[in-house]
Amino acid sequence: MDTILEMHNITKVYPGVTALDNVSISIKKGEVHALIGENGAGKTTLMNILYGLYQPDAGRILLNGKPVSINSPREAIALGIGMVHQHFMLVENFTVAENIVLGHEPRKGLTLDMEAAKASVREVSDRFGLEVDPDARIEDISVGLSQRVEILKALHKGAEILILDEPTAVLTPQEIDDLGEILQNLTKEGKSIIMITHKLKEVLGMSDRVTILRRGKVVGTVQTSETTADELAEMMVGREVNLSSDKAEKTAGEVILSVEHLTVKDHRNLPAVKDVSFEVRQGEILAIAGVDGNGQKELVEAITGLMPTESGKVTLCGKDITGANPRTVIEAGTGHIPQDRQKRGLILQSSLTENLILGYHYRPPFAKNGRMDQVKIAEHGKELIQEFDIRTPNQEVSAGSLSGGNQQKVIIAREFYKDPSLLIAAQPTRGLDVGAIEFVHMRLLEQRDNNKAVLLVSLELDEIMNLADRIAVIYHGQIVGVLDAAQATERKLGLMMAGGTSEDKGDVS
Amino acid sequence: MKGKLTYIWSVTRLPVVAVAFGFIVGALCIAVTGNNPLVAYMALFKGSLGSMPSIGETMYKVTPILFTGLAAAISFRCGLFNIGAEGQYVVATVATVAVAWFGQELPRLILLPLILIAGFCAGGIWGGFAGLLKAKRGINEVISTIMLNWIALYIANYMVRVPLSTNVLAGLPRAGHSVIIPDAAKLTKLKELVSSFGYSSAHTGIFIALAAAVVMWYILFKTTTGYEIRTVGLNASAAEYGGISKAKNTVLAMFLSGGLAGLGGAVQITGLVFMVNQSPALPGYGFTGLSVALVGCSHPLGVIPSALLFGILENGSRQMQLAGIPSEITSIISGVILVFIAGSLILKLAGDKLKFFGKNPAVDTGKEGA
Amino acid sequence: MTTAIFISLLTSAIRLATPLLLAALAGVYSERSGVVNIALEGIMTSGAFFSVWFTHVTGSAWLGVSMGIVFGIITSSLLAVIAVNLKGNQVIAGTAINLLVTAVVAFLLEIIWHRSGSTPNAPSMLTTNPLKFLEGIPLLGTFFSQLTPFVYIAFLMVGITFFVLWKTPWGLHVRAVGEHPRAADTVGINVYRTRWICVLISGALAGLAGATLSLGTVGLFREGMVAGKGFIALAALVFGKWHPIKTMYACMFFGLFSAFNILAQSFGVDAPTEFLAMIPYVATILVLIGVVGKAQAPKADGEPYEKDEK
Repeated sequence: MDTILEMHNITKVYPGVTALDNVSISIKKGEVHALIGENGAGKTTLMNILYGLYQPDAGRILLNGKPVSINSPREAIALGIGMVHQHFMLVENFTVAENIVLGHEPRKGLTLDMEAAKASVREVSDRFGLEVDPDARIEDISVGLSQRVEILKALHKGAEILILDEPTAVLTPQEIDDLGEILQNLTKEGKSIIMITHKLKEVLGMSDRVTILRRGKVVGTVQTSETTADELAEMMVGREVNLSSDKAEKTAGEVILSVEHLTVKDHRNLPAVKDVSFEVRQGEILAIAGVDGNGQKELVEAITGLMPTESGKVTLCGKDITGANPRTVIEAGTGHIPQDRQKRGLILQSSLTENLILGYHYRPPFAKNGRMDQVKIAEHGKELIQEFDIRTPNQEVSAGSLSGGNQQKVIIAREFYKDPSLLIAAQPTRGLDVGAIEFVHMRLLEQRDNNKAVLLVSLELDEIMNLADRIAVIYHGQIVGVLDAAQATERKLGLMMAGGTSEDKGDVS
Repeated sequence: MKGKLTYIWSVTRLPVVAVAFGFIVGALCIAVTGNNPLVAYMALFKGSLGSMPSIGETMYKVTPILFTGLAAAISFRCGLFNIGAEGQYVVATVATVAVAWFGQELPRLILLPLILIAGFCAGGIWGGFAGLLKAKRGINEVISTIMLNWIALYIANYMVRVPLSTNVLAGLPRAGHSVIIPDAAKLTKLKELVSSFGYSSAHTGIFIALAAAVVMWYILFKTTTGYEIRTVGLNASAAEYGGISKAKNTVLAMFLSGGLAGLGGAVQITGLVFMVNQSPALPGYGFTGLSVALVGCSHPLGVIPSALLFGILENGSRQMQLAGIPSEITSIISGVILVFIAGSLILKLAGDKLKFFGKNPAVDTGKEGA
Repeated sequence: MTTAIFISLLTSAIRLATPLLLAALAGVYSERSGVVNIALEGIMTSGAFFSVWFTHVTGSAWLGVSMGIVFGIITSSLLAVIAVNLKGNQVIAGTAINLLVTAVVAFLLEIIWHRSGSTPNAPSMLTTNPLKFLEGIPLLGTFFSQLTPFVYIAFLMVGITFFVLWKTPWGLHVRAVGEHPRAADTVGINVYRTRWICVLISGALAGLAGATLSLGTVGLFREGMVAGKGFIALAALVFGKWHPIKTMYACMFFGLFSAFNILAQSFGVDAPTEFLAMIPYVATILVLIGVVGKAQAPKADGEPYEKDEK
């Protein structure tokens, strides 16, 4: 195979951080090349440079052996480089065809020639076996299909090299398999693919070669067939990793949270959670497993009073909290680590001190008769920062200036201080580095071992299998089955996450 | 202490630079009229600060815009853009006169607080209504408060012309203004306390305004109410998560905001004009209040020097006019100041990447769909 | 209702809707590209004033109108700089422009005519029907005879705006920029340039709307003559879901309300004039109460676009 693309000695420095340090990588024509590394390792920065979004401070790029300079996405596209972004770059209320031709529309006189656009979309989708309806609106189609549209968009612009940024993050196991097939078809047609990911399993299943980045440096490039997940993990992190936590045996106690026939409508007024029932007991972690966007967010927000409930009943410690406001739910004994820590969990512009009292700011000892006790509040902040090892110059800096891991620690510190009977943790390790993940896992288990109830919502099967005592799988807003962690295998869960019921799982195991 | 000063400078340098630019542009306009900017500015400052009476005049100019500035500041803190202090002020003036007229038998010690409360409540309800529209129906407060301004103006004109007209109530000859409030409802003139204020109409209302600023500072930064209002302003989604009601605080902030504007109206009536005139246009204090709040970094105490600045401009402009320079220059200066703050123009052009607006939430109010 | 009254109601409704319609279309361009245009009020003031001034200078109302448009564009460029390049707060920017324009216009009144309040009557105005042949049509002739050139231009602009934004490639770019600027950027659409152009078009239309108020009605400029119409236009935009044709209906609706007011006054209906004058503003709030929950603004409306955001 010929080398189609080389990036030599690329360096990119941001104030205070060297994002890329002398990074070199070469891509062969017709291969799937995985680019792996932890958050902040520089994968995305490197690809944004290739796609013309950022300029490198040093280094050069060779395309088909010729040096090129890429100053904008437009130039990247012209050179045959296409990018499928992790957060889709699709206009929600446009049709598939409008999205695909955006930026290089076929014209008829002054007007946009929609018929020609649709025809050319059909032609490309037929050629690569990527079936889509050109007239469908993006807001009406599934995540898997949206990704297909993104790929088509790049191909339609004549991409020879396709960059996929974390392409599997939002897909079901089945959709991931489909993606694998699509990639194979594309490489057969001579396209080259660079796949950014941090999921080792998919690297092993889909790629030909792997380049590992760590803290802005290339650790090495290996043939996929000659490596193992353990080896890759070690190269990625720089030390041996043991993400499986040891759990003490524990029998679950009384029911803390009981959800009965809960139905919730989303912001578009469509049912997002349908007739869901489950219980969480003292001293257990119940995990909700599922692909993103299957009603997890609405489920958590309905329990915590952030979204209205359509029907059903939620009981916490024997108290009916159906449709109660957030404050009542908090007072009934809930701690909540929200899915979107920056939008929901923190007031980024405010100081750590102010963030660390959110939710109990009105209660003694922090406030009496509506008057806040600044001294107590400051002391409280200091104590939590120390206890939870939040790395910050002082407590008066804004929450937005901390790293993701430390931001999460602020939230965890605040929520643990409540000593909640029920802790709801929604994707608590998303975007965190390994050290921070370990910290979060330890704290969740500690909560369980203290005989509290924990409801964990996670997209990562590994995390769920490590932490949970029982696992409920959610699909299209319904719980398709609840398994004991001991019975659960990744394959079983994967099938259920794609809509198979717990009966089906019997056939495959 | 040094850290604190650095911090204060980091937040205040934008308004300071903006004000400087306002004066530079103003100077250019003065030059266009064929006058010497320095002479004009000398006249301006001399006219507003040159003698005790002129300082007094500046004080009474400062009073209403200190109130509307506070009104704007508290709405900014809650992430709201209350552009309706005009209307809230106007309804309050009518309420003040009405209560003063019907309560004219009451002793001063009861009547005066009563009508100030009436003004506060009238403005508060007018503002709170816009807050309610926002909280319940998602209606952008910019549009609703502008509409409420005009509605307030027409209601006021009607009230002045018919139910509160001197003609109807006292059988006096018809006039383009309402009844005049009884003496018991009037605030004390400063010249009665300190005779050197001379001809100035300054009144004790300025002390009410200063007290209001301190109270607002206390509420915003020392109470849970303030914490909740600020949290909703900075991140409504996190506020809800923390058990803070966005709807409740939106209405509350708009009520307080409108109330402050209303109190401004009441103080203006009881301290200066003693009646409401029919008017073809809105008084403009609400819009000035927006500038006052922005230059004051939306901080209740920052609003005080800021209101002083705009008061000086307002009062000094008459002196400039006497020197043959159009008084509109001062409006241009305040317009330019606001434009600079909106774009934080100079600082960005200078390549300064620091976030100056970290503590001026008005500038972070970001997206408002409808 | 007799035909004459009906036609008179209809023509006044249309004439009153015209400045609103032009301003609301101005809003369509700007907000579809993601820039909230609170400055419509000020841009209209600017257009109203400068069109009268240049009519005085040149003697031609049409040249006056052109200069009204030019100054609308100049005024809006201030919004473009702040909103697009400096990523400032668009609501503050709009308010600032409204205040600044009011001050500048008052200042110019003072130095040009040495008076305040209003300009002298313009030597020429555009209040008569330009298409005389339409007046020959039976029944409808009276209707057409009362229309001004601005009416034709405004309704023509509805069609043009719809065509440009929904039928041309550039229109697709504009809507993409207003919904998802990053997506537009990644396919090589220049977000900043697109927004600039839209804001300038917005300025031109709002300037024209201002000229409609001055040269199209009373033939002079009076301070405060815009009287919140820029904001009513914004409400019409919300009511019309940011779509030119639906926005046109919304403006007609508001025009009709304002016309009832005039009709009632001329027929001596026994209601205080203040209450009649209040009608359009009350109607605006009532309409917003009725629709806003459902109206969906362009997703990136009001959000500055930061190119380097990670």
